[in-house]
Amino acid sequence: MSTLTHDESAPSRTHLRTLEAEAVHIIREVAAEFERPVLLFSGGKDSIVMLHLALKAFAPAPLPFGLLHVDTGHNFPEVLAIRDRTVAEHGLRLHVAHVQDYIDDGRLVERSDGTRNPLQTVPLLDAIGANKFDAVFGGGRRDEEKARAKERVFSLRDDFGQWDPKRQRPELWRLYNGRHRPGEHVRVFPLSNWTELDVWQYIAEQRIELPEIYFAHEREVFARGGMWLAPGEWGGPRAGETLQSRLVRYRTVGDMSCTGAVDSEAADIAAVIEEITASRITERGASRADDKLSEAAMEDRKKEGYF
Amino acid sequence: MTVLLDAPVEKDTQVAGLLRLATAGSVDDGKSTLVGRLLYDTKSVLADQFEAVERHSRDRGLEQADLALLTDGLRSEREQGITIDVAYRYFATPRRRFILADTPGHVQYTRNMVTGASTAELAVILVDARKGLAEQTRRHTAVSALLRVPRVLLAVNKMDLVGFDKDRFAEIEADFAAYAGALGVEHFQALPVSALRGDNVVEPSADLAWFDGPTLLEFLENVPVETERRPDGRFPVQYVIRDQATDYRGYAGTVVSGHLEVGDPVVVLPSGQRSTIAGIDLLGRAAGRAVAGQAATLLLADELDVSRGDLIAPADAAPAAVQDVVATVCHLSERPLHVGDRVLLKHTTRTVKAIVKEISAKLDISDPLGAGSAAQTAAAADAAEADEFNWDDAAPAAHSLNANDIGRVVLRTASPILLEPYAADRETGSFLLIDPASGDTLTAGMSGDPLGVFE
Repeated sequence: MSTLTHDESAPSRTHLRTLEAEAVHIIREVAAEFERPVLLFSGGKDSIVMLHLALKAFAPAPLPFGLLHVDTGHNFPEVLAIRDRTVAEHGLRLHVAHVQDYIDDGRLVERSDGTRNPLQTVPLLDAIGANKFDAVFGGGRRDEEKARAKERVFSLRDDFGQWDPKRQRPELWRLYNGRHRPGEHVRVFPLSNWTELDVWQYIAEQRIELPEIYFAHEREVFARGGMWLAPGEWGGPRAGETLQSRLVRYRTVGDMSCTGAVDSEAADIAAVIEEITASRITERGASRADDKLSEAAMEDRKKEGYF
Repeated sequence: MTVLLDAPVEKDTQVAGLLRLATAGSVDDGKSTLVGRLLYDTKSVLADQFEAVERHSRDRGLEQADLALLTDGLRSEREQGITIDVAYRYFATPRRRFILADTPGHVQYTRNMVTGASTAELAVILVDARKGLAEQTRRHTAVSALLRVPRVLLAVNKMDLVGFDKDRFAEIEADFAAYAGALGVEHFQALPVSALRGDNVVEPSADLAWFDGPTLLEFLENVPVETERRPDGRFPVQYVIRDQATDYRGYAGTVVSGHLEVGDPVVVLPSGQRSTIAGIDLLGRAAGRAVAGQAATLLLADELDVSRGDLIAPADAAPAAVQDVVATVCHLSERPLHVGDRVLLKHTTRTVKAIVKEISAKLDISDPLGAGSAAQTAAAADAAEADEFNWDDAAPAAHSLNANDIGRVVLRTASPILLEPYAADRETGSFLLIDPASGDTLTAGMSGDPLGVFE
């Protein structure tokens, strides 16, 4: 930790207090104004930080809402392990929607490229509808992608979970408007104003436990689309793609079929922060194949109800 | 508790590590280029983002990367080549983290400017050195003044196109000082820059050697952030935290202004119940004091009936409850606001029913002083009379407000709210009007007369 506090190149850490207070304010607004909030929890770093903030917001009382995970069936086992451990440790309620169930009974069809990220939308919306969730916390940040730069903290979705950039409500001062009609719900992003570096600095400061795949480790990987993908139940490598062992880590954690590892020697939080500070590629650019499909890829998927 | 009372405010409770700023401007004044330049020169634009911009610039037949493409996010904007919404940008230097609200400058996007300015601690206003104070500059300055953005930075851009002329800069600075002063802007600084070439944005420029002020980035890194405009604590209760296991009952919320300390006698409004602060939790950590901006939980010495929407304030400095509201508003929605409309009014954590009693005037936000020329502006600065201001009272038929209109309204609420003048406190002086049927946000309200034009 000492390397962090003496890091002259990092901005003053007081901004973490501001970001933390803002996120807690947002989380408490939702708990107060909605009937059935739920927090999307994947075991990735952003959702872990969001849960940490939510637990602080209501301490010493228990969390007044549950968690929801859309399991693509291709998740990293290390991530599922920390998800389940966290749920047990804090006595939380976890609802899991399985993409695999939808593929098994034919409601969804596996894509030829094996990528299941786009398939998450239907199970997500079904879970929201079936459980009558009216507010869904997501760990999205505005620094991730251009279309997200304009997403509101409270993002209204229609009966089909769709996002209409033209129907967005202006957000002024500290006044968030969560009004919605029956069937509509609101996606809420408490980390909107955080950057990847803020998240890591906060993880370091608060000593938050993360899945070990965020740190450098030896892994069998193969190259596809300019990224290192890991083989698993989801498939890969194809003919012509060869496995090799490399020292890698993950900057984001999602579906194994489209989440790439980056070459890295950063084995602990301090090293990761150093690496991010020096990095010249955004975390989505480095590790998410699905965003590269087109300039407007994220905007299109958000309109369809994706996070 | 006495031990806690004497505890010093910890250094990490200060909020100066983060600056929220707003920029407004249109396609041709170089705002997107300036923002792109700030992001690029602070290395906040990463390789893959820059590659994408280069690629799309080439697709459009441009020879060099158009930095404006970094900031125009939505597809419709890319197609039209304009910025139509508020976009938030993030960059950091070793000294500070920045949140930049990037808003369009055309008159039809006044509502976006108002939105961006509502949370800004600094407004950056661009002016083209060749044109001087344009209608748009006046509008941006008036919006900043109306929203009481604490500080204003005038970036005199395109200095390269006026030969880096010192006198031209001084002339624009003087014009602006007169105009901003008349609008009640207290703190402003003017800087000469060329966003396109990068002069005096991040690096000083040899061509501006006569200028002995800071670069734009140095200014942003050092401008003071006002964390506490007044001492009186204001704590709207957001949520009541009850834990049966530990017999805990605390009132959670954000200190929106001033500070509160353990031992302070307080009053809970609007009920008027009195008690003393017995404890303060700052996210699980006991503290002696909570200051503006902090998320806190207050524990009171007495068992009172306190719920969301109540305000906890010092017993000797509490605001009065009101039901008749006179306010300056910016209408945000495509659905007009009419006299007689029944709406919801959201103020801090309290939402009440309200009726629009009167819409008495509209303000020409591009020319709020009714003075088109610099000479007239200077004259207006001397005359503090209300009738110098350009309320459109000549048209008493102002019974409705359309999107982007700035107007004066009178409201009556169904139950009391703890509204204070916006000029005294942006947090407790602001409110939203909401359509009860659709739930849409209709209007942004500022209690009283922030521009000083009513009386």
